[in-house]
Amino acid sequence: MADSTLKIGSGTVPTENRLGLKATDYHGGKSTLCAGCGHDAISNQIIRAFYEMSVKPEKVAKFSGIGCSSKTPAYFLSRSHGFNAVHGRMPAIATGAILANHRIVGIGVSGDGDTASIGLGQFMHMVRRNIPLIYIIENNGVYGLTKGQFSATADEGSKLKTGVINDLPPMDLCALAVELGCGFVARGFAGDPKQMVNILKAAIAHDGLSVIDVISPCVTFNNHEGSTKGYTYSKEHDELLHQIGFVQEYEQIEIDYEPGEVRVVEMHDGSRIVLKKLEEDYDPSIPIQALQRLHRATDQGQMLTGIVHLRPEKKSFTSMLNTVDEPLATLPLEKTRPPREALDKIMRDLM
Amino acid sequence: MEQKEIAVSETLIATDVAEEVGAGAEAIVNDLTIHVATVNGSGSQSSNNVLMRSIFQMGVPVSGKNMFPSNIAGLPTWFTIRANKDGWIARKKEVDLMVCMNAQTAREDVDGLQPGALCIYDAPLNCKSMRTDVHFFEVPFAKLAADLSEDSKLRKLLTNMIYVGIVAELIGIEREEILVAITKQFKGKKKAIDPNVAAIDKGIQYAKENLPRQNKWRVARMHATQGKIIIDGNAAAAIGAMFGGVTVVTWYPITPSSSLCESLIDYMKQYRIDENGKATFAIVQAEDELAAVGMVLGAGWAGARSMTSTAGPGVSLMAEFVGLGYFAELPGVIWDIQRVGPSTGLPTRTAQGDVNQVAFLSHGDTQHVTLIPSSVMECYEFGSEALDLAEEFQTPVFVLSDLDLGMNNWMSDPFPYPEKPIKRGKVLTAEQLTELQGKWGRYADVDGDGIPWRTLPGTDHPFASYFTRGSGHDAQARYSEKPQDYKDTVDRLAKKYETARLFVPQPVIDWKDDANIGFIAYGTTHWALEESRDQLLRERGVETSYFRLRALPFTKDLKEFVARHDRVYVVEQNRDGQMADLIRLEVGEDQRKIRKILHYTGLPCDARTISDAVLQMESTIELPEPLLLVRAEARLIAAASPMPVNGSRGAQVGMED
Repeated sequence: MADSTLKIGSGTVPTENRLGLKATDYHGGKSTLCAGCGHDAISNQIIRAFYEMSVKPEKVAKFSGIGCSSKTPAYFLSRSHGFNAVHGRMPAIATGAILANHRIVGIGVSGDGDTASIGLGQFMHMVRRNIPLIYIIENNGVYGLTKGQFSATADEGSKLKTGVINDLPPMDLCALAVELGCGFVARGFAGDPKQMVNILKAAIAHDGLSVIDVISPCVTFNNHEGSTKGYTYSKEHDELLHQIGFVQEYEQIEIDYEPGEVRVVEMHDGSRIVLKKLEEDYDPSIPIQALQRLHRATDQGQMLTGIVHLRPEKKSFTSMLNTVDEPLATLPLEKTRPPREALDKIMRDLM
Repeated sequence: MEQKEIAVSETLIATDVAEEVGAGAEAIVNDLTIHVATVNGSGSQSSNNVLMRSIFQMGVPVSGKNMFPSNIAGLPTWFTIRANKDGWIARKKEVDLMVCMNAQTAREDVDGLQPGALCIYDAPLNCKSMRTDVHFFEVPFAKLAADLSEDSKLRKLLTNMIYVGIVAELIGIEREEILVAITKQFKGKKKAIDPNVAAIDKGIQYAKENLPRQNKWRVARMHATQGKIIIDGNAAAAIGAMFGGVTVVTWYPITPSSSLCESLIDYMKQYRIDENGKATFAIVQAEDELAAVGMVLGAGWAGARSMTSTAGPGVSLMAEFVGLGYFAELPGVIWDIQRVGPSTGLPTRTAQGDVNQVAFLSHGDTQHVTLIPSSVMECYEFGSEALDLAEEFQTPVFVLSDLDLGMNNWMSDPFPYPEKPIKRGKVLTAEQLTELQGKWGRYADVDGDGIPWRTLPGTDHPFASYFTRGSGHDAQARYSEKPQDYKDTVDRLAKKYETARLFVPQPVIDWKDDANIGFIAYGTTHWALEESRDQLLRERGVETSYFRLRALPFTKDLKEFVARHDRVYVVEQNRDGQMADLIRLEVGEDQRKIRKILHYTGLPCDARTISDAVLQMESTIELPEPLLLVRAEARLIAAASPMPVNGSRGAQVGMED
């Protein structure tokens, strides 16, 4: 497997971030998931990304639906408010919370059952609206918490522990997100933490919805011979779209690559995503290319990872609503109650 | 509607053009019901509003009820205007003046009239051949409209305005007031006003020259509506919410609630854009009711004053989230504009059938604070108060309106400007957390009222955060599956609900010291009930007390009210007596006093139905035939003692088809 990340900058990690906080300030409670669960690997990279990006944990709100994945917000950023919602309907809760306070940095963690089945409708409408939220799907192709039923992302021909073969085609949530106009679509692999953290940092810098589908093996119910979402199978079939580097706005880009080898995408906050091509020159801003590439990988039985689609210029829902700068939640009454003359006029018009 | 009751009435002779209808007898002034039958989508709504408003402007108390189909165009629709000098604005079953414009329903419209009624009809319908005991006024509408416009579409609309002119001339509505009403209806747009005025004049002129005069029912100027407004309950609720500082609104279109959020959008765009052109609100049309209520609760969690509006089927879809809202203690307001069930029932007919649903919506032990407005004024007041209660009690709050209140036009005093600040409930700020040295418990009942303190996401303090989940937590919001922690949580929630009894809108009680009979009603039933009490007093000398319920949970005076009366009639618009059953549970031993009067036709309740049902249940008179729509409890009828009756007439039975 090729290295998924670009070496940019010094590479040294300080013991404190720019807010003076330590990595432990970003920790959460102890995980209750199975030892070796891919989800815990993702939680660790979430901690790292928020720490290294120096996002104040008090500004973050965590959301989740129901399932193993949705337990994880309790295991990172305990200084952030968290909300474990109902099955498949975390997008509505997150949308409401972000409407109430658009300064919140929202991160939602869902699973393949939570998103691709019961929550598919809310997922699609969240994408359409471009809610500013990092939406992670911890995708293991199986319902873990109810003990191993197939989910809608299980691959055709994949085998349950009991020997049952999946006959139905999988839903590609990345392709669906691209189709619905999402401005940030990525696929990661829990077994590739370096790539994961760069995708997460890019997502934090993105003003809009970022959909991150992470193949996250279930060690208990879907990691056996015949499974297509286990560690071994995923490692063998991980196909890198590009190498990803992330450069914060205060950092200099130091890249040793030839011009033409890399593509630099500037984000809203001045940070940059550096993508080094590995095969053909892939333009992540073109949806049709993304869809073609995703379909090709599926046809070839490969698991394509990287930032599949990226259009940071897309307007987020909260900016479309043109609301006041102060969070709606804390607007004072003089801002939210029109004056007496307004009521007088309304009443006169009704007389 | 078939009129089975045989009313005592004068004998009638078919109309003679030269003769004045009702000549010699004294006219009934400012007490009549006009019923207009048209085809949906023909634009009759404007004409009917103009007609209603003209009467209103003449100072006569008036109400308008639209009975419309679930359809955009083609199905029958009716509009009933009741003018009443005494201010009774509930629905009345008897029609005094019919306007027949719809061939599909002409026969039943005419059949439903009581003898002696007036009936204007479109000439081709030939209504006069249908009965001989009704006064007919034939009008060749198509011919009259042909003179007004070349455009066939416009002609159709103007036809409806012609009948306004005809009615005006027949009953004495002043032309000047019609012109004012038209200007208002068409928002001063000359291009729309001119042809409509021409149509009015055409109607007036035709009636003057060709129709017999009538002197049975007249409208005459009085001064009972000065300074009053006309508005529907949904718009009133929207205004209330806007002045109540609502900031996040989500909704999914569903009859009869859509106009609530649509009005809100209009008003907010006008009055809630700040000096920089920025909105102080967010309104989202959601993908369904599940998402709508999820957004409301998410917004409430994050500190916004949030609301949605829906109808029964939408409430059903919200069940799971509302349960989470109850256990996780999330504020949010849900307006339920009740209609007949189910989803494919009669979506354009009114009912009070969602009482049980909202009172206990969801799974587990859930019970919800519910406000029940009776008037547009209360829609306005509760628009804000529901937001206060949701935040104070950190729980989903329902407001139970209905189609009749929400979509029909009602007269009201103008709404007063809210003098009091809004209430935001127990929210800890970063400064308070510092004072507390970060020691607080999200679900700790520190005040003894069952209501804990909360923090909002984004609060800049390292100990501000907590993790929100359903009921699996301890007082510190830590994950817990311990039996005692769960029990403590749900017991505290029950205590919170007890506290709410003191803070919800209190009932409006009219105690009559000598009354043996008490009434309990809520919502729009109020209007028919007040009129029924007047009928019982005037016609039978029966004094009754009245307890108008305005909220759940019940307040303590409910028990006292039931205790102080021998028999208590709970009047409501559903089949099973949903509220009566809740009251029976509440009052314990006194539940034997509770009797149900139930009106459930999809049409608003009327006074006579209530009066007749009470008289039946109070008397020992055998019923001529079983009650079809007014369901009384037979076993209670048998036990009832006869009531004193003034006059010689026996009890009558109110019937509808």
